[in-house]
Amino acid sequence: MEVEKIKGLKFAKKQDVAIVGAGMTTWKRRLNETGKELSYIAVKQALEEAGLTIDDIEMVVMGSAPDTFDGLHMKGEYLLDGSGGSDRPYMRVFVGGGTGVFAPIAGYWHVASGLADVCLVVCEEKMSSCHPHPQSGFKGIWDPILERPLTPNLIWIFALEMRRYMHVHNIKHEDIALVSVKNKRNALDHPCAQVAEKITVEDVLNSEPMALPVRRLDVSPPSDGAAALIMVAPHIARQLTDEPVWVDGVGWALDTTMWTNRDLYFPRYVAEAAKMAYKMAHITDPKKQIDVAEPYDPFDYKELHHMEGLGLARKGEAPILTKEGVTARDGDLPTCPSGGLLGVGNPIAATMGVKACELYWQLAYRAGKRQVAKEVTTGVCQAWGDLMQVGTVMVMSNKR
Amino acid sequence: MAVGKKDISCPPEAIGTPIKDEDLKKGKVTYYEDYPDLRYAWTAGQAISRFLNELKKGRLIATKCNECGRIMFPPRIFCELCFKPIDDWVYVKDTGVVQTFSISYIDPDARPLPEPIIVAVIAVDGASPKMGIMHVLGEVKPEDVYIGMKVKAVWKDEEEREGAITDIKYWKPVG
Repeated sequence: MEVEKIKGLKFAKKQDVAIVGAGMTTWKRRLNETGKELSYIAVKQALEEAGLTIDDIEMVVMGSAPDTFDGLHMKGEYLLDGSGGSDRPYMRVFVGGGTGVFAPIAGYWHVASGLADVCLVVCEEKMSSCHPHPQSGFKGIWDPILERPLTPNLIWIFALEMRRYMHVHNIKHEDIALVSVKNKRNALDHPCAQVAEKITVEDVLNSEPMALPVRRLDVSPPSDGAAALIMVAPHIARQLTDEPVWVDGVGWALDTTMWTNRDLYFPRYVAEAAKMAYKMAHITDPKKQIDVAEPYDPFDYKELHHMEGLGLARKGEAPILTKEGVTARDGDLPTCPSGGLLGVGNPIAATMGVKACELYWQLAYRAGKRQVAKEVTTGVCQAWGDLMQVGTVMVMSNKR
Repeated sequence: MAVGKKDISCPPEAIGTPIKDEDLKKGKVTYYEDYPDLRYAWTAGQAISRFLNELKKGRLIATKCNECGRIMFPPRIFCELCFKPIDDWVYVKDTGVVQTFSISYIDPDARPLPEPIIVAVIAVDGASPKMGIMHVLGEVKPEDVYIGMKVKAVWKDEEEREGAITDIKYWKPVG
């Protein structure tokens, strides 16, 4: 048994973990299907790709973000039947926007520990139920005594973080807008995309101001949607396929909730989570060893911010790499080849579909028109959420 | 174990039925509405109760940890780094420095505001570096705000103060 120590945290792996199937629904501002129905559709696709039936599934992990959007508490239990979770060990995990990669991390625990040989991970979000706008549901994220009396909108914290990032590294808005242009264009090749389009930097800079520096086209939209992923033990993977994708490392970390006490220019929470995942995956030089990346991109500056947290760029260097085309789908480090949240959509937890699922599809060479140009062996995906404080990271490889 | 993995490009299909906002309004889709009316009364706790009571007197108070030496603001009753009780309460100034700011055109429900408001993280003088709070700026044009700007709290009149964060109306530039 392999035992390693990271910052006092011991992990022991009983068996390796492979990913053999994934699925996702279309993502739209408003879908007629209920959360249960969306979960069912995503799970069916994942089972279909893996060549499994629901009877083969031993345990289920469900990821879904705030109950506020649905107006339904016990959302995990509500979604149980659509997730294929009845009559088997089932659990829901939730770390805000970070859930999209945290749910597969929880799936990894199930298989790596030897408790399950086949674990299904399902993520669902239905934001459109909340009126007048899903933003209203975010009111509850603020401190009720120190912050809510100031009538904040969730966009504020991102605007504050973006401004600080731009100030410290002297980055211009037009350099950040390139990310939105790239991702929305990449999403044109994604069948599930909600806001794929060809836009220019000027379009971003001239779009409606929300909370400056954040403008409409700097932001991903609220979405309805679901995604699913199947994680299995090596002996099951061998029965199903010659080319599974392996989970090499997982990491997660949270920074203090007192976000006004932090310097927002650098995502320390992502850097800590990445350190853990890279250590586990024996990655010492992420810039050289990572072939494709899916960092969390709910805002255009966030992709850059997270690339720096993941060690894929030096601090302040990510906008330069973007400008030089390094992060394009045919570049040296394709970043968000799926189209990301900016292009495909942002159904909070279900963004697993463009993070963990997309990375699996890329490494399995199944991404179709979205497949990156270069040969790929190892990739990293990451999500982020709560009060800008959680980083969740997963490293995958198609070589064992 | 079933048939084995299929060689397909993924996701294989984009399933789901998109609908529009107006489909709801015009009753083209079946739906059910509810208006849960829940109210909350949050206790402010040990540290923030004292903080709010000091606000009422027009003062800002922080707490100190002698182990790491930090003067923490907003105050807390334990140091989250040393994980021990705080050692002292200390007053800090009602002046500070803008760490970052935003000009917001939207309200909490994402509806447009009649006039944009300027929100900022302000590191308060007298507390440890970067110890800030979120608040709004006033008496300044959006285009004149900058990171590093020195600001001072503008308080409500004493009789209007109620022990809330809004006892400070806004922060204005000084110097």
